[in-house]
Amino acid sequence: MKRRIACCALAALAPFLIAADKPMLVPDVSARQVQIRYSFQGGQLLLFGAIAYPDGRTPTRPADIAVVLRGPVQPILLREKEKIAGIWMNADSSRFRSAPSFYAVASSKPIRDLVDERTASIYELGIHNLQLSPGGGALPERERHFEAGLLDLRSRAGLFSENPHGVEISSGILYRAFISIPSQVPVGTYTAETFLIDRGHVVAVATRDIQIDKSGFERYVYLASRRDRFAYGLACIALSLGLGWAAAMAFRRRF
Amino acid sequence: MHIYLPIAGQSVNALFMVLLGFGVGVLSGMFGIGGGFLTTPLLIFYGIPPTVAVASATTQITGASVSGAMVHMRKGGLDLKMAAVMTVGGFFGSVVGAVVFRMLQASGQIDVVISSLYVLILGWIGFVMLKDALITLGVIGRKAARAPPPRHNRWVASLPLRWRFYSSGLYLSPVAPLAIGFGAGILTVLLGIGGGFIIVPAMIYLLGMPARVVIGTSLAMVLSVSAATTMVHAVTTRAVDIVLAGLLLVGGVIGAQYGALLTLRIKPDLLRLALALIILGVGFRMLLGLAWRPDEIFSIEYL
Repeated sequence: MKRRIACCALAALAPFLIAADKPMLVPDVSARQVQIRYSFQGGQLLLFGAIAYPDGRTPTRPADIAVVLRGPVQPILLREKEKIAGIWMNADSSRFRSAPSFYAVASSKPIRDLVDERTASIYELGIHNLQLSPGGGALPERERHFEAGLLDLRSRAGLFSENPHGVEISSGILYRAFISIPSQVPVGTYTAETFLIDRGHVVAVATRDIQIDKSGFERYVYLASRRDRFAYGLACIALSLGLGWAAAMAFRRRF
Repeated sequence: MHIYLPIAGQSVNALFMVLLGFGVGVLSGMFGIGGGFLTTPLLIFYGIPPTVAVASATTQITGASVSGAMVHMRKGGLDLKMAAVMTVGGFFGSVVGAVVFRMLQASGQIDVVISSLYVLILGWIGFVMLKDALITLGVIGRKAARAPPPRHNRWVASLPLRWRFYSSGLYLSPVAPLAIGFGAGILTVLLGIGGGFIIVPAMIYLLGMPARVVIGTSLAMVLSVSAATTMVHAVTTRAVDIVLAGLLLVGGVIGAQYGALLTLRIKPDLLRLALALIILGVGFRMLLGLAWRPDEIFSIEYL
């Protein structure tokens, strides 16, 4: 009887015991907040941290790391231009309900060497595994065509990127990755996810939030133009009248 | 030196924008035009989103026309009553234009419409100016003297409800200047141009206004319509970038003064030839943009 109770207790504890067996991630980012100011020309974010192995022993075959920085999701409409009557104009369009505005992945090895296709698509590792939720009812072929267009557009703008050798792991414990942010990133809450991958399996995931926001004057101007539209318009008019008048006064003597 | 534009959401070279404003300002001072027809396409070529380019160029036009309007007002070359009537028309035009702008935005054809209208207008104006300049320079022959055009356009004279415009010495229906202002207002919203180069011929040929009050009145009208349009953009499209407009204005208002000085030194016919070539050049570049396969086949619209 006593033995049976002991067995049950052991079985109940099992997940915890196994969890303690697994390595853990201790991630951090160089900046919890990125401020867009007047001189903002893009920036670099350092994602770093440590892999804590059980018992503090580094296995002979160290695990790999992939880090993903992901921007807020936006619903978008993607338009495609076609040549109609000699003029290139928007013809076809497709909706995406949840396209990330920014997506960058860096890993210590190319993604396809780390995990299989299925795992990659579960964790959305790599730009071709993003779940974009295209609007329903479309033919799969057309859907893929628009998806490829979106990926290409955002990749060339620097908003979607993949860096297969962007994570550096020293002594199998400390890892670091630089992710560059272009100047036209949208503002919002970004998430930095770190995946510890061992023999094709994701063994640990850790997440950190990063705020990217316009600050100071830029933030004030942006908010003013959205909230106090009328006052903002008056300010623009006053600025142009004032500058025009000032120049006319300054140059008056020359005429 | 790069500066981040809060509304356009990208960083631009501040020096380039000031110089662009200055260059356009010089031209606007020389020719008495707002210069929006050059600012907007150049901003679009630079990579500013067309909506922001149009809205911010409108703000610059206001500043560029202030000093000109002031000079003409001092000299009495401004028909305030006429300008007021046209401004009322212009205001309604800009409101209607904003609705059209919204509809075109929703249908996704706004860029094509902006570019096509530019090609048509710039091509036409540039061609007429080039012909004029070449005739006065004696490069091509003048046609046989035509009968002088009638002082009053028959269509305009047939409109009811006539008013007296003392400064212009005209007795005509306010409907005609209202309509001209209305058209200019629509173009201001859609294209980010003051419409000076359309209003001036319309006032001379359609209304029969004397040349002495035409430039001043058109500048006053452009000033108030572009100011109203800035407001319409600020409230509806929310695309006025005050930082971009400020950069353009700083260069623009100073350039306008130098431009006005330059007119005294350069032969006016050569000046007109130069402007005609610039206008045709910009129009041709826009036409190429329409016909050539664009760099980006896909474009994103946020919902």
